[in-house]
Amino acid sequence: MALSTGSNFAKPDDAFRAIVEAHRGLSDAQSADLDAALVLVLANHIGDLDVLNEAIALAKRRMLDASQQQQQQQ
Amino acid sequence: MAQTKTQFGYRRHPDQDRVGTNLAEHAVVVVGAGPVGLSLAIDLAQRGQSVVLLDDADRIGEGSRAICFSKRSLEFWDRLGIGQRMVDKGVVWSVGKIFHGESQLYQFNLLPEDGHKRPAFINLQQFYAEAYLVDRVGELPAIDLRWRNKVTALEQRNDHVLLTIETPDGPYRLSARFIVTCDGARSSLRTMVGAEFAGQVFEDQFLIADVKMTAAFPTERWFWFDPPFHAGRSALLHKQPDDIWRIDLQLNPDADPVVEKRPENVRPRIARMLGHDKFDFEWISLYKFQCRRMDRFIHGRVIFAGDAAHQVSPFGARGANSGLEDAENIAWKLDRVLRGTSPETLLDSYHTERSAAADENIRESTRSTDFMAPVTSQEARLRKAVLSLAKETEFGKRMVNGGRLSVPSVYETPLSTADCDAWRGGPRPGASMADAPLTVGDEPTFLTEAFIRNGTRFTLLEFGNGAAAEVPEELGAIHIGGNGGLADPAGLAAARYDAQPGTAYLLRPDGYVAARFRHPARPALDAALARAAGIN
Repeated sequence: MALSTGSNFAKPDDAFRAIVEAHRGLSDAQSADLDAALVLVLANHIGDLDVLNEAIALAKRRMLDASQQQQQQQ
Repeated sequence: MAQTKTQFGYRRHPDQDRVGTNLAEHAVVVVGAGPVGLSLAIDLAQRGQSVVLLDDADRIGEGSRAICFSKRSLEFWDRLGIGQRMVDKGVVWSVGKIFHGESQLYQFNLLPEDGHKRPAFINLQQFYAEAYLVDRVGELPAIDLRWRNKVTALEQRNDHVLLTIETPDGPYRLSARFIVTCDGARSSLRTMVGAEFAGQVFEDQFLIADVKMTAAFPTERWFWFDPPFHAGRSALLHKQPDDIWRIDLQLNPDADPVVEKRPENVRPRIARMLGHDKFDFEWISLYKFQCRRMDRFIHGRVIFAGDAAHQVSPFGARGANSGLEDAENIAWKLDRVLRGTSPETLLDSYHTERSAAADENIRESTRSTDFMAPVTSQEARLRKAVLSLAKETEFGKRMVNGGRLSVPSVYETPLSTADCDAWRGGPRPGASMADAPLTVGDEPTFLTEAFIRNGTRFTLLEFGNGAAAEVPEELGAIHIGGNGGLADPAGLAAARYDAQPGTAYLLRPDGYVAARFRHPARPALDAALARAAGIN
């Protein structure tokens, strides 16, 4: 199974909103705790190491893009 | 501190009078009389080899050190004739419990099924294990154990190695076709061959204390994250024989080892843990962990085993047990090479199999250590999430890592013959044999015992009531379900080997599966046997 990057939610705005709402009123540290737990719960639900690794790689490309942009600005 | 009788005398050997071109020539010299070197020497001697075993000390090291010996190690020691003595003295256990704060997160059973001769683990102080091994060595005239013989130089030649050995009477030299080095993590021979020992050092310090007390704790492995008596750190409690309890406490990275080790500083911590201070100290040790291995386990004619070749953190009991697996792996190979029944290239499979096992052990124990001592704040956050999820989810419990305990590796090895038939279970080629209860006549026995009775050699394990396959002469045979032989009344052997009438497993002399067949034909058996013996 490959990582699905098509749009899976009928109403994507609802999904985004649900995650945003979950963080409302939390400190940065609490938000980070929530994200850590959420990542583990979702990773276990996926239950496929290859998909998880693809997801990590996709997410991690944001970090690379961000640091490249920073370098270009400098 | 209490200790068994473990002082041995130096004795001058006639080899020490031989000089120049008249040096003594030996087939194999084992360096280091710890659990690995002693077990290896016994295995080699039982296979008919003469062994010189050198140790630079004249006594068994103090402190309990390695205390958890695995089922696999006990099965190896059974083959060496000392398994029962170890089990009789040891504390048998299979259940572990993990606590977070005041509450239990989960428990695991490392051997949830019956029908095995040996338990998942025993706890036994290393000095007892070594003392029993030394006793066994004393029964075997083929082993020449020389205390206070310290190797100070080695010189590799084409077909032998020259060793220079320091003794109380001065130095002498001898030659050997092969050296097996089991001289521990600080191996001096490793330095002599110029090998690196690279890896990871963990900053966290752990305090290990053995305390003597009578207590009603069950014989289980108890592990705490963030215990009430040791806030923010981890702790381990484990029973040994003689009313001794092993306690491991994780300290802060910046703790001063000299201060922390003082009994007056250790005592209050442990009193808080136990709820009383009616205990005496047997041994206190403080250390940092390292995970590292040699790049190659074989340097010319010098072979490395145990901690000399690889070092792991202790959470998982992978140090001594993996060293013993090294010993059983190299013993039969070296025996065949010395007899000339296999080429020297068979020894390469020792490196292939055991260095992969070392990687696995390092990976597992590094993960445990990282979980116990998170490096970054995000790692700490993820661990916190796992521990809190463990309270209400099954997957969270399974992610909590308080040490993954030693199990034998499955080898990806050129000695294995790949499966051609269809299997729905059973140990695959490269896996170690599974034990099972059997009967012989009316007497109960075990498969592992039948393997030993067959001489711990290449053995064909056959199931079914049909005619036995015609087997090559050098093969031992264990026939289950045949006339007048072994029976499997509980059906557990058949179940554990996914056996049908005609099924056969080719076992190596170390009890690993080399090949398996639904209906073995002679040419396929010959080919599998030749492959497993390293004969191309």
